[in-house]
Amino acid sequence: MKRVLPGFGLSLGFTLVYLSLLVLLPLSGLVFKSSALSLGQFWDIATGERALASYRVSFGASLLAALINAFFGLIVAWVLVRYSFPGKRFVDSLVDLPFALPTAVAGITLATLYADTGWIGRHLDPLGLKVAFTPLGIVVALTFIGLPFVVRTLQPVIEDIEPEVEEAAATLGATRWQTFRRVLLPGILPALLTGFTLAFSRAIGEYGSVIFIAGNMPLISEITPLLIISKLEQYDVIGATALACVMLAISFLLLLAVNGLQWWAANRHRGKEGALS
Amino acid sequence: MSGSIRKLLAGALATGWMAAALPVFAQTSLLNVSYDVARDFYRDYNPLFQKYWKEKTGAPIEIKQSHAGSSKQVRAVADGLEADVVTMNQASDVDFLADKGLVARDYATKFPDNASPYTSTMVFIVRKGNPKGLRDWPDLVEPGVQVILPHPKNTGNGRYSYLAAWGYALRQPGGNDGTALEFVGKLLKNAPLFASGGRDATTTFMQRKIGDVLVSFESEAELIAREFGKGEFDVIYPSLSILAEFPVAIVEKVVNKKGTRKEAQAYLEHLWSKDGQENAAQNYLRPRDAGVREKYAAQFPPIRTFSVDEVFGGWSRAFPAHFKDGGSFDQIYQSK
Repeated sequence: MKRVLPGFGLSLGFTLVYLSLLVLLPLSGLVFKSSALSLGQFWDIATGERALASYRVSFGASLLAALINAFFGLIVAWVLVRYSFPGKRFVDSLVDLPFALPTAVAGITLATLYADTGWIGRHLDPLGLKVAFTPLGIVVALTFIGLPFVVRTLQPVIEDIEPEVEEAAATLGATRWQTFRRVLLPGILPALLTGFTLAFSRAIGEYGSVIFIAGNMPLISEITPLLIISKLEQYDVIGATALACVMLAISFLLLLAVNGLQWWAANRHRGKEGALS
Repeated sequence: MSGSIRKLLAGALATGWMAAALPVFAQTSLLNVSYDVARDFYRDYNPLFQKYWKEKTGAPIEIKQSHAGSSKQVRAVADGLEADVVTMNQASDVDFLADKGLVARDYATKFPDNASPYTSTMVFIVRKGNPKGLRDWPDLVEPGVQVILPHPKNTGNGRYSYLAAWGYALRQPGGNDGTALEFVGKLLKNAPLFASGGRDATTTFMQRKIGDVLVSFESEAELIAREFGKGEFDVIYPSLSILAEFPVAIVEKVVNKKGTRKEAQAYLEHLWSKDGQENAAQNYLRPRDAGVREKYAAQFPPIRTFSVDEVFGGWSRAFPAHFKDGGSFDQIYQSK
């Protein structure tokens, strides 16, 4: 096929070089450095009791936070696109704040708010709910930093859905739930998955904000990045790269799985369209 | 990976500095790479030295400071950050540079007092009036007492607290490594969280009002008084604590290359001068000079201390035994 725009070869070459320099090179350096370990040593570090506990905390909290963000982020994005209300611009710009705020500031602020004596924590404490310095605090911090990813991914997609589509569905006798489930959701789903993935992967790597609210108790509220820092504190760079490689591998597999899911969601939709036409 | 990035950054910074230094070619410049909370100390000390140097040699001298977490700092120096001198809060950090051949193996003998111009110790900071009546280490392991300290494995402050409690238990009648492990284990059980650093621990205790006692450096207590007011807390001196030493060293490789040995030597030596020692006392660090110590006696109540060398055979032994993976800290947190 003849392309309208020239320079495919050049731009592809540029893309590959750019990605290699920026992403592949440092990451392969990481893997290379950890190869100084024998397989047995690597395995011992990667499957130590505290390491295993930290994967559970890191990936579990990230997953939970991304799910919370997917649900509430969808509502926020929907409201911000579909309704107009006074102060909408202001609310809209609030969404970006977690992007801009240094994560340490976010962590310290959240820890102060959710501590037993904090504005929020002191109302949760009588209910027996402890947030700051527990794994729950980690989820709160990760939810905070992940919010913009979901909202900003969804907004343009929701903007593209014409209100007439909903009206058409209604005139054809669809209930509100059916309209949402059958008409709106299929269009939003790929973007929702992207937003979820972004929020999830951002949360896995997060260190700055979590460290101030987590409490950092071994086996309970230690995230994997903290263990990596702990290795670096011992000048054990190789050990740190081993843990980093494990994180990298798990993250990569998870992202691959989500991307597969996304592809499936998009294709299923397209398949139906194909059948209709 | 981060090492090479740091090397790149350090290189970029160094070239930046060199370029900046070119127009004022005549002026010698020293870079002092230091730990985080030494900021105030060296902000006050550098003008003192500059004045002294000017009077002595007639030449001006420029001092640049870099502050961050100490192990981050020495790693940057190892990766190429051109520090003329390092001023640290733990011998293990300088030892790391000695291992890399940047600092003389026997750096501790190059200056008096184990190359540590001032000391500090770990004390208890409790709520006003000491409502729980906490007087000594055994009170901290009682059930129902909440102890705040930074992460013992990852922070210098936390490591000193940990070793202080360990050394106390060891020095009790019948004390041995087993009883010490049990004692420190009980103490850590009373910690509701591990703060990410000394300042974070202070914020947690003072501002968020979590815990009954904060274990921290004596000098930190004074900073808390400046920040939160003297009436907010009491300082308790335990019967026995650890002597925290703050080693300084010349980075041989850098001063040889830059030709700044004379200046670097004088810069560190001057820390032991009357001026330097007074400056330490004013920053609530215990001076080595007996005369200055006398003058500020009211500020530094007597306390029995032991050094890391005496009880643990130096940081080079204490670190692997307690804080490396598989050390005593990890043993405490092994589930059976």
